[in-house]
Amino acid sequence: MMGYEYIGITVLWVFLYGYLIVASVDFGAGFFAYYARRTNKDHIMNKLISRYLSPVWEVTNVFFVFFFVGLVGFFPDMAYYFGQALLIPGSIAIVLLAIRGSFYAFESYGSKNNSVFMFLYGATGLLIPASLSTALTISEGGFLNVTDDGVRLQITELLLSPYSWSVVLLAIVSVLYISSMFLSYYAHKAGDKDALSLLRKYALFWSIPTIIASMTVFIAMSQHNPEHFDRLFDYWWVFGLSVLFYLIAVFLVYSEKLYGFAFIAVMLQFFFAFFGYGVSKLPYLLYPHVTISESVTPDAMGLALVVAFIGGLLLLIPSLVMLMRMFLFDADYIKGNK
Amino acid sequence: MIELDSVMLSRMLTAMTLIFHIIFATVGVGVPVMISIAELIGIKKKDKYYSLMAKRWARGFTIIVAVGVVTGTAIGLQLSLLWPSFMQLAGKVIALPLFMETFAFFFEAIFLGAYLYTWDRFKNPMTHWWLSIPIIIGGTLSAFFITTVNAFMNTPAGFDVEDGVINAINPLAAMFNPATPTKVFHVVSSAYMTSAAILATIAAVTYLVKRDQEYAKRALKLTVTATLVFSISTAVAGDLSAKFLAEYQPEKLAAGEWHFETEEGADLVLFGTLNDDNEITGEIRLPKALSFLAYGNFDAEVTGLDKIPDDEEPPLFIHYFFDLMVSIGMFVLLVSGLYVLMTYVKKWNPHNKLMLWALTTIGPLSMLAIEFGWVYAEIGRQPWIMRGFMKVAEGATTSPNVGAMFLLFFLLYFVLGIGTLVVLRKMFKDHPAEVELEHLYTEVGKGGER
Repeated sequence: MMGYEYIGITVLWVFLYGYLIVASVDFGAGFFAYYARRTNKDHIMNKLISRYLSPVWEVTNVFFVFFFVGLVGFFPDMAYYFGQALLIPGSIAIVLLAIRGSFYAFESYGSKNNSVFMFLYGATGLLIPASLSTALTISEGGFLNVTDDGVRLQITELLLSPYSWSVVLLAIVSVLYISSMFLSYYAHKAGDKDALSLLRKYALFWSIPTIIASMTVFIAMSQHNPEHFDRLFDYWWVFGLSVLFYLIAVFLVYSEKLYGFAFIAVMLQFFFAFFGYGVSKLPYLLYPHVTISESVTPDAMGLALVVAFIGGLLLLIPSLVMLMRMFLFDADYIKGNK
Repeated sequence: MIELDSVMLSRMLTAMTLIFHIIFATVGVGVPVMISIAELIGIKKKDKYYSLMAKRWARGFTIIVAVGVVTGTAIGLQLSLLWPSFMQLAGKVIALPLFMETFAFFFEAIFLGAYLYTWDRFKNPMTHWWLSIPIIIGGTLSAFFITTVNAFMNTPAGFDVEDGVINAINPLAAMFNPATPTKVFHVVSSAYMTSAAILATIAAVTYLVKRDQEYAKRALKLTVTATLVFSISTAVAGDLSAKFLAEYQPEKLAAGEWHFETEEGADLVLFGTLNDDNEITGEIRLPKALSFLAYGNFDAEVTGLDKIPDDEEPPLFIHYFFDLMVSIGMFVLLVSGLYVLMTYVKKWNPHNKLMLWALTTIGPLSMLAIEFGWVYAEIGRQPWIMRGFMKVAEGATTSPNVGAMFLLFFLLYFVLGIGTLVVLRKMFKDHPAEVELEHLYTEVGKGGER
């Protein structure tokens, strides 16, 4: 019988993975939109981006809210440690997300023509993943000073750490990689040849730093948290599968076919890497202060959360399918006929 | 002199975020109801004005909802960032409604995207209308769940504490605590009322500046009638809330009413001021009315502040907020009632200047009443963060950087607020309803873009 803590962490990890994928598409699109504008190619990109992203940006945001509310719900101790330590980075992330959210609200009414707003839209696309990935870095331990007076983030050590920079780098390049892979698929589906040829180039370009950064993180981890590094090796085959799907994705896009499958391969690539990383982290949620079994919410609440989660899924899955059929898989809509 | 330590600054930052968020959250809960009604009338009566009304409201709603989402995300994270010890403790008991709230939000977000981007996409217009129902359900359920969390902080229930350790948790008992029914009723009802009143204000202004009067007439009829209905239910909810307070949180009622001595047949104090010796001057006294308000009986005994330990007494200035909230509620009820009455009596002209001017005030006033009501409710439970269990100072972060974050968020809300106003103004001022109507029906079939 699996305890609620394992159900809880699995649920949360699935949602964080979901956020990783949908938010990467969003964040990367912001950067590409700005870049395209600088290189006078915005007419190619903008329509594609606003047709897909405007109806779904809120859903993207919910994945994130869901994760942190669920984390506090299943593991209330995390609120104590992360809450105290992350006031500044957390607040900055909120502000960046707010700038981005307001872009979608204001875009149809002028902000798209405003260079400052376009710049902010592009910049937040890279800064948000960087700031959010910091929370994962901190969870590896070594950056918190825990005393009776409270929990403090040791910001200098964070800024000087090779591990923290390698994670930031990976976050940024994989956002651009995932996003360009998705948008290639979307452009292909829309029959937009110009956009496809542009995005395909981006996708192939960003695939290289993505794989390099993944390796760098491994090396930095061996220095930073050797204990976790050893456990990573227990799951070497999971990371092997991730690399395999990476090769499949890049090959398909390179040979200009099966863009849909290529994106599924990208999703599987990150699925295995992300879950391999997650499972090897356990039993620690925040090394070495919070472990999964000690911090878990009492049984009665754990059960209630799991029941609520199943009920919620029964409602969400059909609704999400409906939304995807409307905006993602409706060929007429994508081509701009609706 | 107030000391600006982390506790005080955390309170100020939380208050600022909530005061800003509540504007958008309130409209976010109520306006979908109005949009849905207008769209349905438009379809059933085949009246293009109502269909246009639904579309125009929905367009403005997109902006409001987006700001609501980002400020809601902010308060969601700030709860843990500013009140880590509170969340560590309370998370064990109230995680369920917080978690369910995100489900409701998720549900609403999905259908909102579907609704806003599919006007005229379906052969049968009713298909599109049906998409509005899950938005209403999602929005109202969000309000429900998050209000149960706030209710829990007022009347904690569903757990036992032994030697500082929480045990025997019952998540449903925590969610359906004694404060839940009246709070939810009052919150949802007043959100509907305020949203209807704001739309009424917009219609009244449109009519007054002599633009789109055919459109504005219909909008007024619909919105003011809705305001009347919802303000009646809000008043009922308010009355039930007072009775709840008398029983479960007598210190909040007593501080709000300046009721110092426990007595039978207590007077209701309206308005007035307190002098330095805590004596009331310039008030209107309704004999025995407080007993009636609290218990439905003019001779009932009402607990006064003399029975409350001094260090658990809420600040007395909440009296003003209570009075303002109630006065505004009564005013809106009267104005909307009068308008509805005038539309039924043929001889009277409901669109006379004075009436319209009065109607232009009810939206902003209702929103102010919402803010006043929340200030009363929140400051009225000081010094507790979890009444009877945890004081505010014990829940706050120890971080020394709250002050800087306060400034950061002040700047953010300032920019968001200005941006919202500018965009909304641009959206409607340059596109009058009449012009849009003509445009809509000469270009039939091209209307897919919102």
